[in-house]
Parts: sequence; C-alpha cells; structure tokens
Amino acid sequence: MIPRYQKILFGILLLASLVMGVALWQLRERAHQRMIAGQDSAPTRAPEVVSAEQATLVVANDSDSSLLTQVHSLPLPADTGARARAVLGKLLDIYAAPDAAHPVPGGGNAVTQVFLLPAPEIGASSQNPQPTGAQLAVVNLTGSFAASHPSGIEPETLTVLSICGTLRANLPSVTQVRFLVDGQQRATLAGHADLTRTYLATDAVPAEGAHP
Amino acid sequence: MRWTSCFIAALVAGGLSGQPASAQAPPAPAPPPARFVVVLDAAHGGNDTGGRLANNQLEKSFTLALSGRLQSLLAARGIQVVTTRDSDATVEPDRRAEIANHAQAQACLSLHASESGSGIHLFTSSLAPAQPARFTPWRTAQAAWVTRSLALAGTLNSALLHAGMSVTLGRTTLPAIDSMTCPAVAIEITPERSADHQTTTGLDDKNYQASVATALAAAIVEWRMEAQQP
Repeated sequence: MIPRYQKILFGILLLASLVMGVALWQLRERAHQRMIAGQDSAPTRAPEVVSAEQATLVVANDSDSSLLTQVHSLPLPADTGARARAVLGKLLDIYAAPDAAHPVPGGGNAVTQVFLLPAPEIGASSQNPQPTGAQLAVVNLTGSFAASHPSGIEPETLTVLSICGTLRANLPSVTQVRFLVDGQQRATLAGHADLTRTYLATDAVPAEGAHP
Repeated sequence: MRWTSCFIAALVAGGLSGQPASAQAPPAPAPPPARFVVVLDAAHGGNDTGGRLANNQLEKSFTLALSGRLQSLLAARGIQVVTTRDSDATVEPDRRAEIANHAQAQACLSLHASESGSGIHLFTSSLAPAQPARFTPWRTAQAAWVTRSLALAGTLNSALLHAGMSVTLGRTTLPAIDSMTCPAVAIEITPERSADHQTTTGLDDKNYQASVATALAAAIVEWRMEAQQP
C-alpha cells in the first residue's frame, strides 16, 4: 500500500517535470526564432556608398604662411558631427602626405570626435549679435597628434586657423571652435598656440592666399 | 662719541657745500631722460624645452642665448633691459606677463625659434583692439595695446628687411603676450630658405644669430626715437 503523502509528492514531481519540459520547449523555440531573425538581418547586399560632395578645405602653407582654400570631392555623411570629422580628417590627411606644404604627422585619425553645441554668447554685442542657430564646435584631437606636431608659433597657428576655417567653410553655423586633446583641456598645441581659449571661426576664414 | 662725530661731519659737510642762494643761481636741473625699458622674454626654459632645432639644439637654449646677446647690444646703447629669465629656469606664462607689466616697458619682445617656415616671423596678439580701461581682464590685457604692438612690429619689420632678412607678419594667441600691458611682439626666428625650400642659413649659424640680434637692437633704437618724439 503506497502512503498518501508519497502519492501527493509523486504528483507534484510529475507536474513540475511537465512544467519544466514545457518551459524548455518554449525557450528552445525562442532561441530558434532569434537565430532565424539573425539570419534574416545578415548583410546580403553591399552597403551603398554615399555620393561624393564638394568640401572646401582651408589648407595651410608654411613657405609663405598662407591659408589657401581648396575644393575637394569626398563622400560626406549626413550627420553634421560626422561630416565635420570627415572634412577635418581629409584636411589632416593632406598635412600627413609626404610632400605636404604644412607637414604634420597624424593624418585623419588625429580627430577623434567633433561635438557641435549651441554657441554661448561670448563677445556678442548689439552691433555684432550672435546669429541664430550658432554652434560651438569642440574638436577632440589625439594626444599623439599634439605630441608629434611641429613646435613653433607659425606651424601651430596655421594648424589651428586652418581647422577653424575648414569648419566654418563647410558648416556655416559654426561660429566658435574649442580644442581638446584626448578629451582634456590642454594649455597649448605644441608649446605655443593657446588651446584654452575659444576661437572665433569668422576670424580664421581667410581670403584666397591671405595670411593668418 | 658717535653723536659727536656725526655732528662734526655734518658741520664740515655744511661748511663745504653751503653756498648763499643769492650768490650764484644754481643751473636749472636738466629734465630727467624719459624712462625707456625693454622686456626680453626668452621663451620656454626649465622643464619646458620648446621645440627641437637642428643639431639637437633646444629652443629654450637658443632663445636664452639670443636674449643675452640682445641684452648686451641694448645695454651698450643705453637702454634698460628687463629679462624674464637669465638661466634655464621654468617660468610660467603668467609670471612672464607679470614681470613685463611690472616693468612698465615701452617694448616687450618674446623670443622664439622654430625649424618650420623661413626667415623671421613677427606675431602680434590676435585680440581685437580695445580702449584702455582702469581695470582690464588679465587674459585679454593686451587688447588695449594691440595698436602699439602693431606699430612696434612695423618698426621691427623695417629693420629686419633693411638687414636683408625675409619677414612674415602674423597674428596669434600666445598666453604670455595676451596678458602683457606693453607693446608686445613675439619674434620667431627660423632658418633662411631658398625658393625651393632648401635651407640656406641655419639657426646654428653664428653670423645669422648676430645679424638678427643687431637688426632687432637697431629696431629698438628706432622705436625709442619714435617714442621720445613729441
């Protein structure tokens, strides 16, 4: 004769086994669905390349301390921050070329991010009011770029002004530019050009062949 | 004893120097010469080596040597010179500006050197000119002096061109210069290069260094003459 409590315990264990079996079956089904969904999202087509656009670069020249505008055709993303980084990357690629007129090692990877923020009202006056929608561009450079940058007032000033001018030429809403190195504020670029201040992009846009 | 000696000494001195005022009118004292002080700021120093020049020379050493040479030339011309450093010492930009502002100088020259570019680069502050005020912000104190700084750069430019050097004028943002309350110019000496960018005269050329210092001294003398004109 089987005691009553053993019958109840057996029933509970049997019920628990059935519930666990159903749960495992459902989990298996979910995993299978996820796997199928992942297969559906696998890339089956090559990504479309963005069509090239005209970008204006303000390129420095050490031989006569000039800033010259050059128009290049390159693919630009729609996002303004990514677009700013792309044009600055192209500018620094030109400087990293072997026959560059303003040789600076580092290349396009020297700009890690460009943040676009609403521009604060610095120096705004009734005669020269801040334009609506004005933006402050915060350019984050790599420490290796700053460490390898040629030291000197002229080369550092030309680099800073060409970055400001290039941003202004491609993003007219950018009125102010600040610089970070590895996410931190730094006193100078390579011992001379002040990186603690806010640069006005309008001051950096040169005329063709103009001096800084 | 001590008081007696002093009393006798005073009597003797009075007797020797005492002249009746009515006997002979003393000559009118000549007006004191206008105080003319030049501040020489040898950039970098100490832990801040500055750029690395040809032959492994450091910018801080080059600027210190040029400052010493220029100081001698100016002193020989009767010009009082105040330097921001006379040794390989670290001097912060704010301290350099403090020294210059305390000297109330008529010209402040910040000396730099670089292997980039060609000839002599003359930089003035990129701050927008402003009217002098009783209280000015420290970081933009140079704004009230920008016009005079541009005039000083013009005088330096003329002297250097007269000495046969190529000169580039520019505006920049240097923390020390922007806080100075004097006509201030940053002078960056670079090698002389030919049209095909080949170095014709390096920074280690003693004659080149002497020529630059002589031209700068001549410019300061010219600047003093302009300053003393009514």
